[in-house]
Amino acid sequence: MDGFPILSVMLAVPLLGAVACLFVDAKTARMVALLATLVDLALGILLWLNYDIGGAQWQFTEKAAIFAGFQWALGIDGIALMLIVLSVFLMPICILASWDSITKRVGEYMAAFLLMEVLMIGVFAAQDLFLFYIFFEAGLIPMYLIIGIWGGDNRIYASYKFFLYTLLGSVLMLIAMLWMVNEAGTTDIPTLMAYDFPPHAQTWLFLAFFASFAVKMPMWPVHTWLPDAHVQAPTAGSVILAGVLLKMGGYGFIRFSLPMFPEASAQFVWLIWGLSMAAVVLTSLIALVQHDMKKLIAYSSVAHMAIVTIGLFAFNVQGLEGAMMVMLGHGLVSGALFLCVGVIYDRLHTREIDRYGGLAINMKYYALFFMLFTMASVGLPGTSNFVGEFLSLAGIYQANSWVAFVATTGIILGAAYMLYLYRRVAFGDQKNADAAAMPDLNLREWLMLAPLALAVLWMGVYPESFLAPMRADIAALDARLARAKPEGDAHLKMGEPREAAANAIGHGEGHGAGEGEGAGHGEGHGAAPADAAEGEAH
Amino acid sequence: MQPILLIVFLPLLAAIVAGLGNRMLGNTVAKSITTGALFISCALSWPIFIGFLTGSAEASVVPVLTWVQSGTLSFDWALRVDTLTAVMLVVVTSVSALVHLYSWGYMDEDPDQPRFFAYLSLFTFAMLMLVTANNLVQMFFGWEGVGLASYLLIGFWFKKPSASAAAIKAFVVNRVGDLGFMLGIFGTWMVFQTTSIPEILAAAPGMSGATMSFLGIRMHTMDILCILLFIGAMGKSAQLGLHTWLPDAMEGPTPVSALIHAATMVTAGVFMVCRLSPMFETAPIALGMVVFVGAATCIFAATVGTTQWDIKRVIAYSTCSQLGYMFFAAGVGAYNAAMFHLFTHAFFKALLFLGAGSVIHAMHHEQDMRYYGALRKHIPITFWAMMAGTLAITGVGIYDLHLGFAGFWSKDAIIEVAYARGTELGQFAFWMGVFAALLTSFYSWRLVFLTFFGKARWIESEHIQHSVHKTPEQAGEDTTGGYHPHESPLTMLIPLGILSVGAIVAGQVFAPYFLDSEAFWNGSLFYNEPLMHAMHAVPGMVKYAAFIVMVTGLVIAWFAYIKDTSIPGKFVAQFRMVHAFLYNKWYFDELYDVLFVKPAFWLGRKFWMWGDVGIIDRFGPNGAAWAVMQSTGAAKKLQSGYLTSYALIMLLGLVAALTWVML
Repeated sequence: MDGFPILSVMLAVPLLGAVACLFVDAKTARMVALLATLVDLALGILLWLNYDIGGAQWQFTEKAAIFAGFQWALGIDGIALMLIVLSVFLMPICILASWDSITKRVGEYMAAFLLMEVLMIGVFAAQDLFLFYIFFEAGLIPMYLIIGIWGGDNRIYASYKFFLYTLLGSVLMLIAMLWMVNEAGTTDIPTLMAYDFPPHAQTWLFLAFFASFAVKMPMWPVHTWLPDAHVQAPTAGSVILAGVLLKMGGYGFIRFSLPMFPEASAQFVWLIWGLSMAAVVLTSLIALVQHDMKKLIAYSSVAHMAIVTIGLFAFNVQGLEGAMMVMLGHGLVSGALFLCVGVIYDRLHTREIDRYGGLAINMKYYALFFMLFTMASVGLPGTSNFVGEFLSLAGIYQANSWVAFVATTGIILGAAYMLYLYRRVAFGDQKNADAAAMPDLNLREWLMLAPLALAVLWMGVYPESFLAPMRADIAALDARLARAKPEGDAHLKMGEPREAAANAIGHGEGHGAGEGEGAGHGEGHGAAPADAAEGEAH
Repeated sequence: MQPILLIVFLPLLAAIVAGLGNRMLGNTVAKSITTGALFISCALSWPIFIGFLTGSAEASVVPVLTWVQSGTLSFDWALRVDTLTAVMLVVVTSVSALVHLYSWGYMDEDPDQPRFFAYLSLFTFAMLMLVTANNLVQMFFGWEGVGLASYLLIGFWFKKPSASAAAIKAFVVNRVGDLGFMLGIFGTWMVFQTTSIPEILAAAPGMSGATMSFLGIRMHTMDILCILLFIGAMGKSAQLGLHTWLPDAMEGPTPVSALIHAATMVTAGVFMVCRLSPMFETAPIALGMVVFVGAATCIFAATVGTTQWDIKRVIAYSTCSQLGYMFFAAGVGAYNAAMFHLFTHAFFKALLFLGAGSVIHAMHHEQDMRYYGALRKHIPITFWAMMAGTLAITGVGIYDLHLGFAGFWSKDAIIEVAYARGTELGQFAFWMGVFAALLTSFYSWRLVFLTFFGKARWIESEHIQHSVHKTPEQAGEDTTGGYHPHESPLTMLIPLGILSVGAIVAGQVFAPYFLDSEAFWNGSLFYNEPLMHAMHAVPGMVKYAAFIVMVTGLVIAWFAYIKDTSIPGKFVAQFRMVHAFLYNKWYFDELYDVLFVKPAFWLGRKFWMWGDVGIIDRFGPNGAAWAVMQSTGAAKKLQSGYLTSYALIMLLGLVAALTWVML
């Protein structure tokens, strides 16, 4: 791959596709969009295969000065690689999901999506602070258009809310960036990640970045744009919103807040933990009472993203890796769940849960996929989300048992609202004749759901493929955070081990021990069996 | 190829093929594939078990695949085989194979058979992953996998609202236990820096003096960890407090109840405590909790079981109660006795459930024992199978001759060992165990007498009325309504026969190994030899106690349900409050509904309408919008054109700012 600017090519392909889409008819636009996203997927796979695990921290780097120190600087580490792969994997599926359901202004729609892809890859690949900022903020525009033009009945309100919220944070972040560049004298992200800002300045910088990332995440209580945006967005818009856009907040934390402001991160750890705990409990309870399928899944996303922030701010390897795995897993699973909603929305044109019922009878394979993704969302071991949730929670347990306890209640509440949803949609009697007449998945829908299902299981059974590229980067981040790491609340203190096992009984103890040949030899049986460690075959 | 790989993965393969193939394969092919796979697994499992019986087999671990490596936290897919696993292997594969076979007959008329058999095989796979786990996380994988299969099978007849509600309840209540299990795993890993079970067990005694904080409580480390893990066990094994899902789980088809909710899955908690027994032995407070919860469940479930009318619910509460026995046996240090009861119980309880299924099959899906009676002559094979099961569960046997049915060996050993332990909690467990044995005998014989003896009361049943197209008035004197119960087909009777043999001889044959052979266990659990000696040396009265209460229960049941059938009615009239309390299962469901379910929904609505909409949106974005509109007075203008200007301003501003910073 030497010298081949693969990242720039990955940006150029969808950009060219987007331009092309504007000038062709609907049918061709669909084909162009699919082709462009598939090419990018192929490039993404190539990127993954050529990524040298254990090699340089930043790979596939490109650099070209534009003006005034503003640079076209691209490059990825393992973390960015995984998020780029997620993005390019979801894009063709989104195009397929929009194939029949979008009928007006198809060219513009496809162009917006392809532009979205450019900006998403750009965010994860940017190595220049301002380049990142432009990608990060410009990502708003196509999503704003997708919701505002192709959305549901209340799309103007939703897109407006989405815009207003996100705007709030970005201004503060820009000011902070300007200050940082002035202070450190560089816009190079890798350099900034190693730069030690004075702790008092970190506090303000952290808060400025936090304002932006918390909204993108979204964290409670700045999450209310998400349910509206999801409900109004077309299916593919929801998939990208939940699958990739929400990950930008987490990416921001892991790329900027944590490495650049470690002291401030530790200082505000209770703010993050507190908001995350509130999110897990409150939004899960809210999800329980939703009538609208998309709103339910949107609220569940807020709860899942709270697990991400909890993992990130656990300040240890497990928490960080877990947070990344939750992001990847949630990207697949929530995307898949929105597709599942889209499949039946396309047939009945309602998201009202009560209008469905008994779909397991007439849509067997649909019900099977929906079950798989429901279970993945619930975090069943063997699916993608389990690995992430387990690692995040294991990470936070070392930091604080209260936070771990509250966050882990999410597994109960999550099971409750997801299974309750599944029950109302797929189980029960076929009480609505029109829902009972819906046909099972067609080929296009199979092509959307089957790859996601396989990816979900792959990530659950053999997550090593995804963890390995990130390992060195997470370890480096962990090392940088070590100096600010808050102390755990377990305070393990060693003591003199007990002599005997709890139920060891010696001479004359126990009823009937005195009679007959009873409990003779008590001594040697106290400790654990000596051969407990046998069978350690590896 | 290691046989254990086939044993574990054949059922998975069969489940995938039958489940995805579904319609394309057709009923017979799907059923043959799954049943065949299970019989192969079973045939491969017994030699392993026999190897451990004869002492020729060695414990081993077969690595399969890397799973997760995250810093110092790593765990792999691997299959561990030792004595404890071998016991579970034969239990799981044997009962599962027989239940598969039985389902050929029982589910014959169901339109959705491939799905049912796929779920059964999937369950078996998950259960096998659980029992072969070499680390806590794989155990958790199996744990959740069986939970999933249980959920799917309870809700198998998902058109029934009660079935899908019961399915959710089972999953969610189990998740409450899983919360404890997960926190237990996190804590264990934090303390020991490993999730490998053998490594944890080896290191546990050295940690027995350490203390740590959890949720601000400072206790001995090992007590905290073991209590958390035990909460997981309580959920899966339906112990008091987290038991409410098990009776409702009877909504599933009866073969499912036999396999999952009697013989295998619900015993996973007991298995976990036994697997981790050297760890629990470093945690006296946790063990105290195990004894107390076990004894309390044992008596609670038995009292409820005496009043239920649904034949499956009686057996379900009986299961709950028997699991209580296993737990307090483990808690007092007799893990081998707990495993022995788990082993025998699997056979006789599966037998009782499958027998009940055969009765239900014969009685046109009627489950209410009030509408049974006099079935002895009509379904004689089922009757004798149920008799074998009842003799086994009530523990019929003669101490002096060392002769008895399965329960006589395992249950009586538990009662004796609780006494022999000599602690106050042991005494408590002993008395609870004895009293529960009395109730066990009573409700088991009540079931037999109501079902097989007395006068036929069939016409009262709506199911029978549908079948014979008659009302009780039309039937008049003939309370059978002219209905003819038929004995079940051979596919159902063969499993009954095999399990009957198990119920009769399993105790007699295996007691010397399970109870008295440290060599047999070979370090796979904490074998407490002095306690076993003390158990054999308990006073005569203790040994006969179980026998006496067994006979007493039988006599009371005989008086009440054969001699003078007006007694139960009079008793209920006399003790209305007590009966209502027991009949309504101590009002646990009502209590939980008020404490948890209703508030969850209420809070959800409040947080949504007051919190999100009422406060955050009102003062956040909507408030901002209002302010903007007030100031501009032109909302429309805000919408159009603003976006591009935003982008433009952003870009220009950025360039300006940059230039300023850089120059």
